[in-house]
Amino acid sequence: MSNKLNHSMSLAKPDALDITTKQKVALAIGIIGLIILVLALFNTNFPNKGLFLTLSLVSIALGTIIYSREAYLTKLEGIKNDGQWFKSISSRGVWGWVLGLILTGFYIVLYFYPHFLGLGKDGAENTGLISLFDPLSQLLSGRNASQWFVYGTLYTIAILAFGYKFILKYRHNRYQQIRTVSVMFFQLGFAFLIPEFMYVMNSDLPYYDLKSMWPLNYYIFDEWSVNGFLSNGNIGLALILFGIITIFVISPILTYKYGKRWYCSWVCGCGGLAETAGDSFRHLSSKKMSAWKIERWLIHLVLVFSVVMTTAMVYTYLGYDKNDFWLTRGLFITLVIGFLTLVFALVMFFRGKELGKDAKYGAIGLFSVIAILLIMHFTGTTDNVFYIKGSSLRSAYGIYIGSIFSGVIGTGFYPILGSRSWCRFGCPMAAILGFQQRLFSKFRITTNGGQCISCGNCSNSCEMGIDVRHYAQKGENIVRSSCVGCGICSAVCPRGVLKLENDSMKGRINPTEVLLGNDVDLMELVNQK
Amino acid sequence: MEHIVIIGNGISGVTLARHIRKLSDKKITIVSAETDYFFSRTALMYIYMGHMKFEHTQPYEDWFWKKNRINLKKGYVKTVETKSKTLHFAEGDILQYDKLVIATGSKPNKFGWPGQDLDGVMGMYHKQDLENLEKHAPNKDVCKRAVIVGGGLIGIELAEMLNSRSIPVTFLVRESSFWNGVLPEGESEMINRHIKNHHIDLRLSTNLKEIKSDKNGKVKSVIIEETGEELDCNVVGLTAGVSPNINFIKDSEIETGRGVKVNRYLETNIPDVYAIGDCAEQHDPIGNRRPIEAVWYTGRMMGETLAQTICGNRIAYKPGHWFNSAKFMDIEYQTYGWVFGGKGRPDHEQHFHWKHADDTKCITVAYHKDTKEFLGINTFGIRMRHETFDTWLTEKRDVDYVMNHLPEANFDPEFYSKFENEILSAYNNQLQTV
Repeated sequence: MSNKLNHSMSLAKPDALDITTKQKVALAIGIIGLIILVLALFNTNFPNKGLFLTLSLVSIALGTIIYSREAYLTKLEGIKNDGQWFKSISSRGVWGWVLGLILTGFYIVLYFYPHFLGLGKDGAENTGLISLFDPLSQLLSGRNASQWFVYGTLYTIAILAFGYKFILKYRHNRYQQIRTVSVMFFQLGFAFLIPEFMYVMNSDLPYYDLKSMWPLNYYIFDEWSVNGFLSNGNIGLALILFGIITIFVISPILTYKYGKRWYCSWVCGCGGLAETAGDSFRHLSSKKMSAWKIERWLIHLVLVFSVVMTTAMVYTYLGYDKNDFWLTRGLFITLVIGFLTLVFALVMFFRGKELGKDAKYGAIGLFSVIAILLIMHFTGTTDNVFYIKGSSLRSAYGIYIGSIFSGVIGTGFYPILGSRSWCRFGCPMAAILGFQQRLFSKFRITTNGGQCISCGNCSNSCEMGIDVRHYAQKGENIVRSSCVGCGICSAVCPRGVLKLENDSMKGRINPTEVLLGNDVDLMELVNQK
Repeated sequence: MEHIVIIGNGISGVTLARHIRKLSDKKITIVSAETDYFFSRTALMYIYMGHMKFEHTQPYEDWFWKKNRINLKKGYVKTVETKSKTLHFAEGDILQYDKLVIATGSKPNKFGWPGQDLDGVMGMYHKQDLENLEKHAPNKDVCKRAVIVGGGLIGIELAEMLNSRSIPVTFLVRESSFWNGVLPEGESEMINRHIKNHHIDLRLSTNLKEIKSDKNGKVKSVIIEETGEELDCNVVGLTAGVSPNINFIKDSEIETGRGVKVNRYLETNIPDVYAIGDCAEQHDPIGNRRPIEAVWYTGRMMGETLAQTICGNRIAYKPGHWFNSAKFMDIEYQTYGWVFGGKGRPDHEQHFHWKHADDTKCITVAYHKDTKEFLGINTFGIRMRHETFDTWLTEKRDVDYVMNHLPEANFDPEFYSKFENEILSAYNNQLQTV
């Protein structure tokens, strides 16, 4: 046997393992729902749009529900990963690539060619797919749908339906169930319904997903957004203050107590989709050391980009009325530089030794950001920073990071790169939370003494590409900035070795050479060094 | 530079090589006929089940070996010449060593059953066994039924593997209840029921008489000793235990029994030749341990220990408190200290057994009936902390203390239901009725 997988090229029967008749029926129901959407996309004019939209969404959800019930409820509770590396769709086979192409295509159209979806230009009526969603949008907020409303609805349906599937798959595991109910709740309520209702209450308020924090919602400090909030009296002011408090106060406290998982795998929408619809692809993330190296560079570069971009944006519009506002450009730049320096100083003071040579990279990073900001300050004119328009910087970020990286690659490449490539390689929010998780948090994954058998199930199922086994087989706790605390490594471990915990900071990082269970004198001799 | 040659690239040999590298600059060569790189043998089952690919069972990336200057040689050692310190390979070449470590692990037992070498009969130990299974049992159309002979840890894993591809399994177990030589009665019976719940045809107190062949030398059926019943099948898994894989040194001067005989320092009768892992046999057992310990963890510990000796700090293999773990289909099992099943239980060992109503969780606590000293625990379906029990065993805590502090040892994921109160009240009730 060669261990190369023999992917069947047959589209009719690509998988090694069969599905039951009931599952085939369920698939058919789901596909009917999708076909309605496709027909709408190609401008089929449905007579009663509300009815067909309902039919479509209900079919998709129902198909997923029936399929999952047949897959999991017919078997005893336990780990259900049989055949995941045999199935074409979940092992980069033909179906995986087909799905990847469809998803990336969808994202490209969504972000760059929304008129193909039927978005009415300059106030014209919607057509095609978007018009199919008009009745639902009218119902919720009294306006016609946009491409974002279509996307938001499908996104929410995906999290709810596949969330249900995930809960069944892990019906023996309460951590997984509660966490999944949480992401389903936050997506449905905070990301989908509440912004629509806020619009009903006050149509001038910018879209605001309360659970989304800067720098993930990089647009919150844009001029239109800030103006939108500020021109809306106390409620607007309260919202933007809440936005600032979440990132500077609430998030650090929660991350200290629970690790970044409180956000990444309990609240966040990107994480929510990855954990539910993306669950079938989690094992595809690369665990190679080389991937980890790329990850560390890429994610921190995006973070630097987002900090510089946001600062430049705010800086540009602070300039308009110099004397009206206490926050002048000079003061703002000073505050930003002061804050970054303070963070760096605190980290060096408390964790300098631990960081070792990474401290050098941190220092280089900090000083380059400060240098960039100073250059910007002294070369900037009213519109230009670094001789380019501040707004170009912002739109570059929006296109390359906000759209292409997080959407097209992040989600479109689920079947190729695994479910969390955005969270892992790109998300600046994850970089900030991860930095804190690594250095100032009570969270860790505890390794259970000497019980590891190096089987690799934990590493295989880590969506963030952490080689969990590398730590577990040394009896060392896993304290990694990228860990989103999904808890699947712990669930799939056949020997009960891993446990997600919040405990004291002392002894949290515990490298060992000889594991528990051996001669106590030998352990003492070797581990003391 | 001293040349250390390790035969076998399993957990024992690789742990040894890693530790020697940490401690010294010696030249290290690992020899294996099985695979190019170290993989986790315990994970073979997950490849067949499609949870992982073979590459995922390799704990170190391929560059690791070069970076750590550990030479890997693929080859089958035919003979060992200890006088000239030379290995002769089946491929014809030779290799000189200064120190030799035998870490060749085990091979599946075959007890002379008629037909045991037919096509379609296999163990489940080596990577080649997995390849063989993939060939003979790719799906339920090619393999209409598989028969597994021998009810131990590998047998139940093989049953789980075949089950994952919907291949009907008949599981022949010699004992009157699954693994009851090791597991106490209540646990063993719970696992019987769990196996049957997976629609596996479990036959207890049943022995294999012979395996019958079709005209092409392939398995056709098996005959059962007790009833004479003939069962049609395409695959027979022989999982009646393992024994040391040491045929290649039988003609050398190295002393062997069932395994390679070693003293407490893991040294054989020949200077500069050592043996570790499954294939090493202690002259005298250590404590309650068997002279041959065919367990992942003990292999690793021997590797950790021998590295010190080879690097000039001669120390004895002196393992700490016994622990082990396994998974029976969906039920995880851990054990700390000693809990005896049907075989070898000392008279003073008394048990407290608790089982959850859902029939997938139970614990057995062993203690000394006079002194009340806590001796060990078996836990099924509830994860417990190794470190906590290790400490309690060292401190020689009594059973009351352990039962009252059980929540400290809980290692289940967050939000899981806790059973310690139920367990404690069952324990207290039992004391009242006794």
